[in-house]
Amino acid sequence: MLIGIPKEIHDGEKRVATTPETAEKLRSLGYELAIESGAGEGANFSDDTYREAGVEIVETAREIWERADIVLKVRPPETHPELCVDESELLHKHQTLISMIQPAINTELVKHLSTSGGTVLAMDSIPRISRAQKMDALSSMANIAGYRAVVEAAQHFGRFFTGQITAAGKVPPAKVLVIGGGVAGLAAIGAAKSMGAIVRAFDTRPEVKEQVESMDAEFLMLDFEEDASGEGGYAKTMSEEFIKKEMELFANQAMEVDIVITTALIPGKPAPELWTEAMVECMKDGSVVVDLAAEMGGNCKLTEANKVVVKHGVTLIGYTDLPSRLSAQSSQLYGTNLYHLLSDMTPEKNGQIQVDMEDEVIRGATVIKDGEITWPPPAPRLYAVPEKQDDAIPETPKVESEKHNGLKQLALLGISGLLLLALGSVAPPEFMSHLTVFVLSCFIGYMVIWNVSPSLHTPLMSVTNAISSIIIIGALLQISSPDRLNIFLAAFAILITSINIVGGFAVTQRMLAMFRK
Amino acid sequence: MSEGIITMAYLAASILFILALGGLSNQETARRGNYYGMTGMAIALLATMIGIVTANYLLMFACIGIGGLIGLILAKKVEMTQMPELVAILHSLVGLAAVIVGFGTFLDHSVAFTGVEQSIHSVEIYLGILIGALTFSGSVMAYLKLSAKISGKPLLLPGRHFLNLILLVAALYYLLAFISAAAAGAGLTELTIMTVIALLFGIHMVLAIGGADMPVVVSMLNSYSGWAAAATGFMLSNDLLIVIGALVGSSGAILSYIMCRAMNRKFLSVIAGGFGTPKSTGGGTSASAGNQADVQAIDAESVANMLLASKKVMILPGYGMAVAQAQHSVFEMSRKLREAGVDVGFGIHPVAGRMPGHMNVLLAEARVPYDIVFEMDEINADFPDVDVSIVIGANDIVNPAAQEVPDSPIAGMPVLEPWLGKTTIVLKRSMASGYAGVDNPLFYKENTRMLFGDAKASIDDVLKNL
Repeated sequence: MLIGIPKEIHDGEKRVATTPETAEKLRSLGYELAIESGAGEGANFSDDTYREAGVEIVETAREIWERADIVLKVRPPETHPELCVDESELLHKHQTLISMIQPAINTELVKHLSTSGGTVLAMDSIPRISRAQKMDALSSMANIAGYRAVVEAAQHFGRFFTGQITAAGKVPPAKVLVIGGGVAGLAAIGAAKSMGAIVRAFDTRPEVKEQVESMDAEFLMLDFEEDASGEGGYAKTMSEEFIKKEMELFANQAMEVDIVITTALIPGKPAPELWTEAMVECMKDGSVVVDLAAEMGGNCKLTEANKVVVKHGVTLIGYTDLPSRLSAQSSQLYGTNLYHLLSDMTPEKNGQIQVDMEDEVIRGATVIKDGEITWPPPAPRLYAVPEKQDDAIPETPKVESEKHNGLKQLALLGISGLLLLALGSVAPPEFMSHLTVFVLSCFIGYMVIWNVSPSLHTPLMSVTNAISSIIIIGALLQISSPDRLNIFLAAFAILITSINIVGGFAVTQRMLAMFRK
Repeated sequence: MSEGIITMAYLAASILFILALGGLSNQETARRGNYYGMTGMAIALLATMIGIVTANYLLMFACIGIGGLIGLILAKKVEMTQMPELVAILHSLVGLAAVIVGFGTFLDHSVAFTGVEQSIHSVEIYLGILIGALTFSGSVMAYLKLSAKISGKPLLLPGRHFLNLILLVAALYYLLAFISAAAAGAGLTELTIMTVIALLFGIHMVLAIGGADMPVVVSMLNSYSGWAAAATGFMLSNDLLIVIGALVGSSGAILSYIMCRAMNRKFLSVIAGGFGTPKSTGGGTSASAGNQADVQAIDAESVANMLLASKKVMILPGYGMAVAQAQHSVFEMSRKLREAGVDVGFGIHPVAGRMPGHMNVLLAEARVPYDIVFEMDEINADFPDVDVSIVIGANDIVNPAAQEVPDSPIAGMPVLEPWLGKTTIVLKRSMASGYAGVDNPLFYKENTRMLFGDAKASIDDVLKNL
């Protein structure tokens, strides 16, 4: 089958759905590839590098759409500026389009696409389960956006990020507040941290605390009990009281921090307002706010989408194309996400795509199957429930067996105690002294052996083997006997125990000599 | 030499032996410990030779010399993969010696006992020979099994538990018969019959136990050889033998316990023999753990690239590595990766291999530094940070069914958890199930890749591409 990659037509979009590297991988799945001339230019991939990767260069977008069995895109289809038709018109029957679609918002587009009779998979609708992480384009784009947000902030921030003491005076480190600890937030924390800033982070989901702290940033705690974890790893809307407390916290932070990066998004809803005008006023002049939610209305109402504005002395950055501003990187990651999806859809590696609606991941991503709208997909299966059961099952018998063991042990101790008493009443004193030695030695052995390192268990066995041949003494006691049979037996015993003594010690020595750092 | 001096010498030897075992607590002191052991043995032997032996010196030295030479040759020639066999055959010698010394003592009538003392002495002789014979025949069988001279499969005779019971009852009966006969100055017949019973019992016991339970068997025989020495000590009224016997006996017992715990099995059920008796095989074992189509194969070149691209690699060897003699290639691979800046570690399951600590010795032989070889408990928590885990010739010890399938025969057995890491590469000859006969869901996991082929050949292929 032929995979076609048209040039992205959205204004300012520099990404491309396939890089020369991922093109080679796709070819290994048995596909042929064709790309529109100049499609990779924005991401610095020339037509020649594609040609070297075995991709056919096609002059016009129309030809790509006409010939390809599978079309790979980054942005949702929109009106083509040169062909003067909407890309959704170009989709035809038996063709598969894989792209970002945002079916929840672009309902009109989905309807339009369905009239063609083709199949459409939305990269942004891949279920967020662990198996599908390798194709999760939203995560890879969020990662890039988070990184780029810090770079943009640094561009507009007039000072160092890292603190320095120089001959020309002391420079305090920049203080960065990241709101929202999702993929983008964590990427921003990492980038800001590695530039030397003091980083604080806030999220309504308590489990994020650990992840934030693992990146060496400070997690701002709210003195309030409410869990915000929603479905699919997103946060949900919080109660009013919670939001009040949250706002107090932010107001305090506003006076201290130099850079704020907001990443809070709730799926299918306008972005929550977290950074109010009052807070912006409180911030020092020259501070920077980067609002990653600008496309959805912004976490700060003062930001304007796709623009950098200065209000109350604070620079507000509202770019919505941050991944595109790191086009080579984001094309590479997005292309790899696409490759992973196609690799799952091409189980035979024969270049024939299969839309398996039984597969949870592919089912989730499929928006239109052969002209039929299949979005939204049924709710994803929950994995947490059976796991919990697993935990519960082994626990119950354990308690019982412990009780059981306790009783057993007590009974054993009692019986052996009685037996020993009975023995003590008849045994001669000499036997008792030997028994004392024996029992005490068992305990010494017990104490000593538990300390032996497990890696030395084999040498332990060979050395105990050697020393248990101390039984040779029994034979030595008998070798001077006048009886011939006795002498013979003793001599034989000495012979074999000597093998053991020398062999055991020598092989132990040999093994121990091998253990080295 | 006075008795007092001999006793002091024995005391010194006992302390040195305890120090020898104590020294094994870590690698730095282990070699010193072994020297302590040798010194203790030398002191004990010298004191006995000088103080007690009065005649037949030539014969004695000849036997020691010849025996020692044989031992030395064995120790120098043995391959590290054959350590379990060597240890088993050496155990059998201790058992045999205990039997001989027991008979010798019985035949030696120079010391006369009466009354209760006579009865106790008889019991001591009887027990010494019994344990000795059991150790001897059991170890010989274990040796044959380990060296693959007989099949490693458990031999399950019909009514074997009943058979064991009969042998036990017979042994008890002859004990009573022997005590009364010995009091009358006879008893050789009873003693001989009992010896035969014990020999049979040892053979039957080990034959019923399968290959992967061998670590338990080998350490159990280790323990028995100790108890045999202790019983001989009682018989001869010799405290040194008692002390050493008790030390060795408890050492082996603890090792058996550790091995059983690592397989989540009861000691008795291991000894009773046969993994997966008909009752337990009924449930779920034959059902496949996954769809054959979910198995993802990989080639050596991709493995090499994946390894070079990772930060942390964990190698999990099993018995298959020993069989394929792959430890040197594995070391070579780990060395190259470490040179390339990859953090390489080895994870050892307590029952990996055929005797306790088997894998550690093999890796040490291949010159893998011991500070990158970790125990299961040390590394299981680290797997989420591991980029690539390589499973070499292991199966049951990396089986997630132990945790995920409650009715699996190996449910509850502690296992290594490579599936928590990013990728697991399994080196395996085929999709056959492991010793426990349980299919391994690890092979079907999303993040598992199979590299089929002989372990050594596969590793060599990977090496070529590194």
